[in-house]
Amino acid sequence: MSAVTAGSPKSMFDSGVLGWLRNRVFSSVPNAIISMLIVWLAVMTVPAAFDWLVTSSVVHADGTRECRAIDNGACWALIVEKHRLILFGLYPYDEQWRPLIVVGLFLALIGISCSRRFWNLSLIPIWIVGIVAIATMMWGGVLGMTFVPNERWGGLPLTLILSVFGMAFAFPLAILLALGRRSKLPVVKAICVTYIELIRGVPLISLLFMASVMFPLFLPDGMNIDKLLRAQIAIIMFAAAYQAEVIRGGLQSLPKGQYEAADALGLGYWQKTGFIILPQALRIVIPPMVNSLIAMFKDTSLVVIIGLYDLMNAAKASFVDPAWRGASMEAYVFVASIYFVFCFFMSKYSQSLEAGFARAEKR
Amino acid sequence: MSGQPMIELTNVNKWYGDFHVLTDINLKVAKGERIVICGPSGSGKSTMIRCINRLEEHQAGTIIVDGIELANDVKKIEAIRRDVGMVFQHFNLFPHLTVLENLTLAPIWVRKTPKAEAEATAMKYLERVRIPDQANKYPGQLSGGQQQRVAIARALCMNPKVMLFDEPTSALDPEMVAEVLDVMVTLAQESGVTMLCVTHEMGFARSVANRVIFMDRGQIVEENTPEEFFHNPQNERTKLFLSQILQH
Ligand SMILES: Nc1ncnc2c1ncn2[C@@H]1O[C@H](COP(=O)(O)OP(=O)(O)O)[C@@H](O)[C@H]1O
Ligand SMILES: [Mg+2]
Repeated sequence: MSAVTAGSPKSMFDSGVLGWLRNRVFSSVPNAIISMLIVWLAVMTVPAAFDWLVTSSVVHADGTRECRAIDNGACWALIVEKHRLILFGLYPYDEQWRPLIVVGLFLALIGISCSRRFWNLSLIPIWIVGIVAIATMMWGGVLGMTFVPNERWGGLPLTLILSVFGMAFAFPLAILLALGRRSKLPVVKAICVTYIELIRGVPLISLLFMASVMFPLFLPDGMNIDKLLRAQIAIIMFAAAYQAEVIRGGLQSLPKGQYEAADALGLGYWQKTGFIILPQALRIVIPPMVNSLIAMFKDTSLVVIIGLYDLMNAAKASFVDPAWRGASMEAYVFVASIYFVFCFFMSKYSQSLEAGFARAEKR
Repeated sequence: MSGQPMIELTNVNKWYGDFHVLTDINLKVAKGERIVICGPSGSGKSTMIRCINRLEEHQAGTIIVDGIELANDVKKIEAIRRDVGMVFQHFNLFPHLTVLENLTLAPIWVRKTPKAEAEATAMKYLERVRIPDQANKYPGQLSGGQQQRVAIARALCMNPKVMLFDEPTSALDPEMVAEVLDVMVTLAQESGVTMLCVTHEMGFARSVANRVIFMDRGQIVEENTPEEFFHNPQNERTKLFLSQILQH
């Protein structure tokens, strides 16, 4: 056995590190050039980045100036000092355990919704309980918790509220819009087409702006819909239009035979849609769907323009403090890594879903 | 042929745009009768049988199935579809459901059969088509012949009065044709269900059909008993067609 694995020089060249290098990295002249370029780029950037991020970074200091005096790397002292402002915005300092619990509740809700075991009607009561719990924790005013108006909400919980509720409410709406767009009923179809095309023709930023500035103009005097709620509605409406088009793609790509087989069995429209068409169509569109969810998650940062303190805006606020002026890079890297963790998770989750479906049905 | 016919097509016409796909189709099918429909490709065979369960809409004439006239009434259409099973050329099984789920979905949701009973019926039919051991697999894991037998069982689980077959063996590899035809022959001999089958399997036509119908260019050109049809075709087009398919 050992004699075989030790092998001749030739077999050592075909397998192992050398073989891998030869077969994958230097398999042809263009590949070799590309590989060398990438290695060169890595050599140029990675050590410098590592130095800035880790080796020369400063964790303990009282301000940007002191940081820079100690070393020339990242001033993580800003994050140490201001992480609660970035994560929770202007939420009252002593009550910030509440938004922390809310973040936990969100993670639990997401976790449950991602598990295929819960993909049934039990999700509806779970979400209702989740929403009520989140609202109670954020607002308070009951159970001995002080009332916190939503003008003071901010940071990660606000970003999660806007994006997770945005996705959760946009999804069913998007399904109805996609079905409606393919409906045989002309009025339903016209409404759905108009809605989708109108919303898609407008950037989210202007929709948010309209929701914040123009909408109140149309409302009767004295009546006022909360700014946060307006932003939330704008995000839901926007996301629904985009997701509807993604779902429509899935509906169209199903073979006609699936519709016909369901019809031939005497299934009604909603039975056919619910049992045969949607489960398959949604599976087909998992990758583009997750793509649009990721885009939407990041797009919620546009609420900056109407003055909401989401994660991004709270990060900006952290280096407005004169003592920390100039540490914008550190703040942005910090929020970027939070965004990255969520987006990376979404992407991985969609891959595992696809793989799971494929495994179950083909093998 | 006594009593009310199971299926009655009277002067049925259909167009796709300018193209006259069905011309004055008249056809009566008695209860329990087994009919084989053949004819060149594009002659309108599929279109005709798909009109019977309203997968296609006819534009003139009347179609009456089990006493119900097909019109633009969703309830009536669904009622007819409950009693008319269909087997497609490409099986059209639901790939995201197991074989057992494929078979029980419609009985449970359309017929409101209790789940346990629907599953028992499904197993009974899976045994009839000789694949009870595949019940918990997904269609993608079965061979073409097995898939088509599942599709036949799926239609039978609704306990239909009429079974429509649209070239059930023409998408199969040659070695799998026999297993599907066997199931169909047994079905014809044992169940007494009314069958309309588009096929060019002449052996099948000989052994089970009461009547063979020949279609060409959207018309029923000739109809006769299998014996007469094969040995004594009347129409020139029938003769030509038979000479072509009997060559190989
Ligand atoms: N949806 C459609 N639109 C236009 N023409 C069609 C459509 N479906 C079928 N046809 C045409 O109608 C004719 C009859 O089709 P079909 O009933 O499928 O024939 P067969 O089953 O006898 O081969 C063919 O010429 C076909 O091209
Ligand atoms: Mg055909």
